[in-house]
Amino acid sequence: MSITQATSPDRLTGGDEEVFVTTNKSVWQRLMANPTAVVSIAALVILSLSAILAPLLAPGNPLKVSPADRFIPPGLEHFFGTDNLGRDMFKMVLHGGRTSLLVGLVVTVISMGIAVVLGAISGFYRQVDVVLMRLVDGLMAFPGIVLATAAAGIMGPSMTTVITSLSIVLIAPSLRIVRGQVLVVRELQMIEAARSVGVPTLRLFTRYILPAVSSPILVQASFIFSAAVLGEAGLSFIGVGIGPKELSWGNALTEARNYISQAPWIVLFPGLALMLTILALNLLGDSLRDVLDPRLARRR
Amino acid sequence: MLRYLFKRFLLILPTIFVPLILVFLLLRLSPGDPAGMMLGDQATPEQIAALRTQLGLDQPVWMQFVLWLKGILTLDLGNSIFFREPVMQIIPRYATVTILLTAVALVLAVVIGVTLGLVSAMNRNKPIDRGVVTTAVLGISLPEFWFALLLIFVFAVTLRWFPVAGYNPPDAGIIAFGATIFLPALALGVRQSALMTRMMRSSMLDVLNEPYITTARAQGLPETTVLGRYAMRTAAMPVVTVAGLSAGYMLGGAVAIEIIFALPGLGRMLVEAVGRRDYPLVEGGVLTISLVLAVLNLLIDLIYAILDPRIRYQ
Repeated sequence: MSITQATSPDRLTGGDEEVFVTTNKSVWQRLMANPTAVVSIAALVILSLSAILAPLLAPGNPLKVSPADRFIPPGLEHFFGTDNLGRDMFKMVLHGGRTSLLVGLVVTVISMGIAVVLGAISGFYRQVDVVLMRLVDGLMAFPGIVLATAAAGIMGPSMTTVITSLSIVLIAPSLRIVRGQVLVVRELQMIEAARSVGVPTLRLFTRYILPAVSSPILVQASFIFSAAVLGEAGLSFIGVGIGPKELSWGNALTEARNYISQAPWIVLFPGLALMLTILALNLLGDSLRDVLDPRLARRR
Repeated sequence: MLRYLFKRFLLILPTIFVPLILVFLLLRLSPGDPAGMMLGDQATPEQIAALRTQLGLDQPVWMQFVLWLKGILTLDLGNSIFFREPVMQIIPRYATVTILLTAVALVLAVVIGVTLGLVSAMNRNKPIDRGVVTTAVLGISLPEFWFALLLIFVFAVTLRWFPVAGYNPPDAGIIAFGATIFLPALALGVRQSALMTRMMRSSMLDVLNEPYITTARAQGLPETTVLGRYAMRTAAMPVVTVAGLSAGYMLGGAVAIEIIFALPGLGRMLVEAVGRRDYPLVEGGVLTISLVLAVLNLLIDLIYAILDPRIRYQ
């Protein structure tokens, strides 16, 4: 078992492959060999495409009111039926997905980005670590939705508010994970070796530590994404989210609850889209973890 | 044990103060003047200024913070701007509902989670296990507020087994109380029960592979003793952690559920108070949730130390 073998999995064939794979390409290949991962990635691609292509798939303003078409059950003309204002639910779900997924994506990028930077600093500097970790304790112990509600309610409902408050709330769990990984990795021999030949700290981080901690970050990102989508929907649902002029899955459900006995389909479809997204993200996270950390997979 | 408790106690201080300071700053730094809101459009600038002085809003932020900290330490949280009543009198009314709701939801979640997790672990890789695992994954991805709406549609609107919304306090009789609390608690607890199912299953599977279980079986102990006395105690540890986290999550996450079912709880009160810029009430609400959570975390640590003596000596 030579080192060359370990770093060039392409040359390997047969069942031993899993023992050696270390490159990113092989992670992708193994992910593609996992049926759950394939299904969840496919679902996410379809959901994202239908959100991106919403103006083409369902043209027209989704918020346009049409009183003559109120409460039409799902059918050929309106796939998902219409709501109390005669708005087409299919259009609302497709266009609503744009906001929901965009918020999820932006929140994930911001909170993971900050978590990586702060986690690296925290893992390297003890004094900063003590303060940061107490802050994280405080944020973690407190239910995020209350902080986000307070923030969103105070700053006024808007997409920026939702993104800001969800990002703040979701930094804490990610920061803890990144910091834990950095603490482990920085004790490795390769880091000691790099340090002894005088690699500067910043380069040490970008070149050696970041690649080593990228797997748990990737897994965490998929769970943060699902938490952000759910968070946005929850905040918008209780009226302190993106505001009434925008459309998201949570927003679409806000009014729906008043008409649940007349038109259950208004409640059904936005919620199904929401659940499908969260389910796909959670499954992707689970299978990523299995692929990246085979020790965990075996225990299941 | 005492030393351990003292150390744990020091560690909970940031968990109380970080959210409080955040909320305090957020409230102060955001636009919107509570004095102007209270008096309405008709008020003259003089009236608003007088009320601002009365509420201490004309002081610099740091001074307001010092006064507010003093208030907390002397258990004087001020008067609600909207209700014109001491915050200390308003909060218990709302907190009782939320705590009852969370407690019922937690009991439901633990009973469902532990039962399904055990059944699943006992029947590993059989159809029933696969069914439970799939249901749990679905359950974890279920948005509570959407599930609440589905529950209302099925059990309140269609079957008419429960009222659509509203709240009866326990004084009104256990059946009346139960009828209004069951659906909200189920909606609130379902994701947590799914988490606990997964946790219970995997921790039970781990424990069943331990040599001491094999030894117990080899000694001819009845299976109920092996599982009940030996396996369960160890397997329960991670579930206790999850239960604690769940309780904390549900205390805060009850907002949407309280709004949907029109329960007069702390979460709903908080959202309304934020809308009215009722600073003292918002701060009082956040303080209450922080305190309850801190006590809860301490209790969990205590249960931990009782279940596993090694923790005390670390």
